[in-house]
Amino acid sequence: MKIAVASGKGGTGKTTIATNLAYYLANSIGQNVTLLDCDVEEPNCHLFLQPRWEKVYAVSVPVPEVDASKCNGCGICSDLCQFSAIVCINKNTLTFPELCHGCGLCTRVCAPGAIKEVQRELGVVEMGTAYGINFAHGKLRIGESMSPPLIKEVKRKFNSSGITIIDSPPGTSCPVIEAIKGTDFVLLVTEPTPFGLNDLQLAVDMVRVVGIPFAVIINRADVGDERVQEYCSREGIPILMEIPEDREIAKTYSTGGLVLKDIPAYGGKFSLLAGALLS
Amino acid sequence: MKVAVSCSGEKLDSLVDQRFGRTAQFIVYDLDANMFMVVDNDQNLQAAQGAGIQSARTVADSGAKAVITGNVGPKAFHTLNAAGIDIYLIKSGTVKEAIEEFKKGNLIKSTGANVDGHWI
Repeated sequence: MKIAVASGKGGTGKTTIATNLAYYLANSIGQNVTLLDCDVEEPNCHLFLQPRWEKVYAVSVPVPEVDASKCNGCGICSDLCQFSAIVCINKNTLTFPELCHGCGLCTRVCAPGAIKEVQRELGVVEMGTAYGINFAHGKLRIGESMSPPLIKEVKRKFNSSGITIIDSPPGTSCPVIEAIKGTDFVLLVTEPTPFGLNDLQLAVDMVRVVGIPFAVIINRADVGDERVQEYCSREGIPILMEIPEDREIAKTYSTGGLVLKDIPAYGGKFSLLAGALLS
Repeated sequence: MKVAVSCSGEKLDSLVDQRFGRTAQFIVYDLDANMFMVVDNDQNLQAAQGAGIQSARTVADSGAKAVITGNVGPKAFHTLNAAGIDIYLIKSGTVKEAIEEFKKGNLIKSTGANVDGHWI
């Protein structure tokens, strides 16, 4: 089973849910668990898990390089590229590697064979284990904007027999869609504030388009108003967990601790969440 | 010689659009014939990336040898440069005024991008 933890708004508690859910499933009910931190622009699950790193490797995308002496200036590559990463102008073919998604189409359609692929590094994937959880995350190179291919590479570590939990980036655009694609269920974490509700509605619209079943978790559930609950009941969206505003959780979080390790009383809530997800 | 001007409307008294990549259209003015045509650029308004590059292609396809606009980013500059199209920047005014300034030689040719990509 593959579960993605996502949210429209940032800072709602995705990582807290993802790391503690993984910890609960692996340590309290002995499941085979993999946690993939797909927030490759700012991965932080490792801060709470302190994994023992076992493997690291670089991830790159193939980008075109044009041999001007072979290029006949036909412009087919330029007409087909959806990302303006290769453009033929007055018979000069220019490339913009930072815009290239690495699909390889230009190389394929080039009749004179003037285009060859070279590798452009996007970042690294690091893998390790912590508390019996298989862990992997991606780290995007500073200055890089092309995160989906790196997210895809992290997701190749899917656990085929056990449970995989994906900590997704915030928002509703390409990186999030890449992270939740192919999962069986999405948990949308929100907070009961006008910002939380607004961004939850955007995230709900996004998950509905992608077509994955989902439910909501409300973090710091007692700080704001009832509008998130009202919205969920109006839309028929299940709320699987509510976590109160708790100074002890904030303390644990700020020292890089796991809630379930430091405050075992929260085990009951995660037990109900795990039960709902696994049933 | 033809000059392409990024602009907010389809008339000579329309204002020069300060954006090159995401201008809705260009007025391509033929200095020899004193005539102009409007070239649509709205395919770029929703583009996530590469608007400047595609605008440069639009300008090259129009046959213009110079561009007058408000600002130009690095990719647009590189692409226009490869096409042999000169770039002249103007801070404000109508298309007509821009053309007049250009004719008088009051506009200075750009030697590089003056803004980063996605500057607005």
